[in-house]
Amino acid sequence: MEQATVTPLKKTPLNARHRALGAKMVSFGGWDMPVEYSGIVNEHLAVRTRAGLFDVSHMGEIEIAGKDALAAVQRISSNDASKLAVGQAQYSGLLTPQGTFIDDLLVYRLAPAHFLLVVNASHIPKDYAWIAEQIKPAGDAVAVDASARYTLLALQGPQARETLQSLTGVDLADIRYYWFAHGEVAGVRATISRTGYTGEDGFEMFVPPQSAERVWQAVLEAGRTAGVIPCGLGARDTLRLEAAMRLHGNDIDETTTALEADLSWIVGWKKDDFNGAAALREQKAAGVKRKLVGFEMIDRGIARQGYEVYVGERTVPGCRVTSGTQTPYLKKAIGMAYLPAEHSIPETEFDVDIRGRRIRARVVPMPFYKRAK
Amino acid sequence: MSYPGGYKYTKDHEWIELVDGRGKVGITDYAQQQLGDVVYIELPEVGATLKQGQSFGTIESVKAVSELYAPVGGEVVEVNAALKDKPEAVNADPHGSWMIVVKLANAAEAGALLDATQYQELLK
Repeated sequence: MEQATVTPLKKTPLNARHRALGAKMVSFGGWDMPVEYSGIVNEHLAVRTRAGLFDVSHMGEIEIAGKDALAAVQRISSNDASKLAVGQAQYSGLLTPQGTFIDDLLVYRLAPAHFLLVVNASHIPKDYAWIAEQIKPAGDAVAVDASARYTLLALQGPQARETLQSLTGVDLADIRYYWFAHGEVAGVRATISRTGYTGEDGFEMFVPPQSAERVWQAVLEAGRTAGVIPCGLGARDTLRLEAAMRLHGNDIDETTTALEADLSWIVGWKKDDFNGAAALREQKAAGVKRKLVGFEMIDRGIARQGYEVYVGERTVPGCRVTSGTQTPYLKKAIGMAYLPAEHSIPETEFDVDIRGRRIRARVVPMPFYKRAK
Repeated sequence: MSYPGGYKYTKDHEWIELVDGRGKVGITDYAQQQLGDVVYIELPEVGATLKQGQSFGTIESVKAVSELYAPVGGEVVEVNAALKDKPEAVNADPHGSWMIVVKLANAAEAGALLDATQYQELLK
């Protein structure tokens, strides 16, 4: 008999629900997750035109609290958390001293000295260990891996607000983009945040795991006539790509800096000190050598992650496609790639090596898709 | 979806319908289910010569790229160009969406292919 040496995949509280819905399941970041229910294209279009419900409970939650919590967050998070009011959230990076990404995250200010960080599933232990170590000098602040205490659901799309409003007493119109409120959804205690990873209006809901199924069912039921459907990680990926949101492990990682990734806006340049500050200030002064750009294919072909790019007659070290697909809504082959900074201006043409053939592509402004306000 | 009894099948999940020394080739329902939404198909030119088991093109879903393998060797005598603009037809009607027609170089090669019953056994 062969010994099983693989760690069993973790399951969210909605695992049985996904299987009952006939979802195709995949291993993702150590979790058994639904990649699609009715098809990626169908789910993608539902989110762009109606709304879709996602189980994103694999995401990690790390809380930082204590008298010096703000100082602790300021050390480890690239964005300026002092700008956050209680009830507000921001996108940020967890950076190495070189200014590269250990992870990207959302920082929520729950109370003046209490923060919630939402991090990527596969990095929870690494992020937690790093954070716990890095905040030691900050004084009175502790970090807690609270991932097991939250189930995270995302309802995204033009019908999200109306659907969710029928289940909560919280006035959703009062929650501005990247703000959150506490209340109840379908009688379940929830933190409702106007955030998402799709480029649509929508909400993310932190609910207790034991009540997750109730909320999931209630949202699908409330949205049935509006055409709200369950959506998997496949559509989440194509939606975020159309919206040009970075994916850690593809577009950003420990080899790419916040400046190279064109994420200068999540760097708190006015802060005293934080991980990566010196390196980023130096890079900013000198100018980046490569930059993450959006592109679309001119000739027929789909560029995928890892494909090499040719600028003129040569490939350039560190320059490659980081994400790419044929997008369901725009119906174009698009992607992101690192290109030499001098070739990163929109309309610049270059080649992608698609399995041995050089196919023409063009730099375009990001995001590829922007919803009508 | 049922697997037509008149077709032959490969372990790589292609089907071939043989008529008078020529074979229409496509991918099976199982293959399209595994792929998910098909968004792109790259096929050879008419006149290309294929060996049995050789890649004759690629099929891409939103998420992944897969090779297409020739069930038999021979010359490509027809290509279903309509699939270029309508690749989703492979999802809707996998056993009707042929990709190429091959004029067999060696009829004996077809003998080793699976019949519908054997193919469905393989899927179990």
